[in-house]
Amino acid sequence: MALLEIENLTVTFKTSSGPFKAVDSVSLSCDKGEILSVVGESGSGKSVAMLALMGLLPWTATVTADAMRFDGRDMLTLSARERRRIIGKDISMIFQEPMSSLNPCFTVGFQIGESLRLHLGMGRAERRARSIELLKLVGIPAPEDRLSQFPHQLSGGMSQRVMIAMALACNPKLLIADEPTTALDVTIQAQILDLLVRLQRDHGMGLILITHDMGVVAETAERVQVQYAGQKVEEQDVKGLFADPHHPYTAALLSALPERALRRGRLPSIPGVVPGQGDRPPGCLFAPRCQYATAACQTAPKRQDRALGLALCNYPLVDGVPQGHPGKAAEVNA
Amino acid sequence: MIRFLLYRLALLVPTFIGVSIVAFAFIRMLPGDPILLLAGERGMTEERYQQLQHLYGFDQSIFVQYFNYVADLLSGDFGTSIVTKRPVLEEFFTLFPATLELSLCAIIVATAIGIPAGVFAAVKRGSWLDQSIMGVALVGYSMPIFWWGLLLIIFFSGMLQWTPVSGRISLIYFFPQVTGFMLIDSLLSGQKGAFTSAASHLILPTIVLATIPLAVIARQTRSAMLEVLGEDYVRTARSKGLPPMRVIGLHALRNALIPVVTTIGLQVGVLLAGAILTETIFSWPGIGKWMVDSVGKRDYSVVQGGLLLIAAIIMIVNLLVDVLYGLINPRIRR
Repeated sequence: MALLEIENLTVTFKTSSGPFKAVDSVSLSCDKGEILSVVGESGSGKSVAMLALMGLLPWTATVTADAMRFDGRDMLTLSARERRRIIGKDISMIFQEPMSSLNPCFTVGFQIGESLRLHLGMGRAERRARSIELLKLVGIPAPEDRLSQFPHQLSGGMSQRVMIAMALACNPKLLIADEPTTALDVTIQAQILDLLVRLQRDHGMGLILITHDMGVVAETAERVQVQYAGQKVEEQDVKGLFADPHHPYTAALLSALPERALRRGRLPSIPGVVPGQGDRPPGCLFAPRCQYATAACQTAPKRQDRALGLALCNYPLVDGVPQGHPGKAAEVNA
Repeated sequence: MIRFLLYRLALLVPTFIGVSIVAFAFIRMLPGDPILLLAGERGMTEERYQQLQHLYGFDQSIFVQYFNYVADLLSGDFGTSIVTKRPVLEEFFTLFPATLELSLCAIIVATAIGIPAGVFAAVKRGSWLDQSIMGVALVGYSMPIFWWGLLLIIFFSGMLQWTPVSGRISLIYFFPQVTGFMLIDSLLSGQKGAFTSAASHLILPTIVLATIPLAVIARQTRSAMLEVLGEDYVRTARSKGLPPMRVIGLHALRNALIPVVTTIGLQVGVLLAGAILTETIFSWPGIGKWMVDSVGKRDYSVVQGGLLLIAAIIMIVNLLVDVLYGLINPRIRR
């Protein structure tokens, strides 16, 4: 059994203009020592799904799922108190904005030490020793001095390293990294990703890497799950995904990468935006932006089998050719 | 920090000059003549009147009077009361402890109730609790002090007979002034019942004087908390599995207090202004009542000196608040 298993997770937000489904029947699993990448544009429900697992959503959110199991425990039926014993200890999370994710009023040492005292009951001296060890682990020079510093005295990259140190404090089994490099500049991005992958390997943790950057996916992940407007549209291992994307959305995302552009000139882009609360199409959510969409896509699309990457599409692509498509297939064959 | 302090101290000079002009001019703009008021209904001869005018220097031009006044001020002489013939500074320091005691009690009550109320309102945002707290705060803020004081006297002193109507302590107790604070002096005197009497005299004036600062502090705390509760670092704290009490009471409140401390400092001005009304209603022998009585008697030197001293206190407190602000906000500290 996988370390984390989520089946048909749905998160609905109450808003002044009616309910909004931010996550729509998403299934997800991540095993010990595995890196799963969740990819999608802004608003595709990547972070919300993980915040639901952590129990960090505001009260306006309603979370339902067929199953949500972590390490053999049912996360759905846990009380808030029991959940707090798991999060921060066995599951920990790092966030997109390291600079604002650290509390400006407390020192680095205090913020790392907090989880150590809460979950492991360490004394002052023990906490200090472990904090120094953690800061060394994430590659912060002169860790003794950093302990007494405040977040505003750290750079963005340093802050993210401190966040990682905090997340690793209790040797978690699962680390969720929510766009950990988005706010950092490119050279620091690579360093942080290397660090995360190295720590994941050394500690045998599961790592869920949420990102919208296909480059990050290619460099780090083993398995990739693509989300669009709150739905999982495809899941494949990383090689397969880059070699032969089955969902038109994945294909479009990949062809927008500069490295993969087939010819010189303008990069291809996906017209339109992710549907919001008011303009959700009735059938396939990607249909309005899809070059292969037909009238049949106005009703709910079919979930393909694992060989086709569980693609949520009526005309899954194989080698760039939509299967069973009335017009386009004929066109290509001709 | 030293530079900042010197700069702020230098700013006191023009403020002081301004206050001295305003204080000097305003009391002279009021119709009424201190010497005639002093003489009372019997009146006095023209000759005696001229003699007294000359004695107090009122026969000189207004500019000469002002420069004489400032010259005296610079040598530390705040003038002598026309009515009591005692030095203004001496009267001030005799009466000031009474005002200070009342103001301190009021600000302690306002802070001790206002901050928790604001925190609760913010945490339970939109609930009936939030709406009732903010409703009461709005009423408290809008309540005319003198009317509110009279209502309380009618109800608690008149109808219920729970509290005394006026004064600082029952007349049956007498003991020497040590600190000037009736609560402390009554304890030091060792007389039975003295402390209870002093405390019961304090209750109503404290409530009246605390009402507006309490409302302001509660509203400011609520808005600061609402802002802080949405910050990334609060999510980080929750993701560590910390109990809600610690997330709200430590991680969020510590940041929310930064603007609240400034507000509390600014309330000192409101308190001293409020003290004038409160002390008059409750015959509290402090500087507020002293000022009102002196205006009534056109005691020029007392009004001038008193205003200047009150202004000085407000300026010093504001300066202290600025220093304190730097101490509680690590981003300013170094």
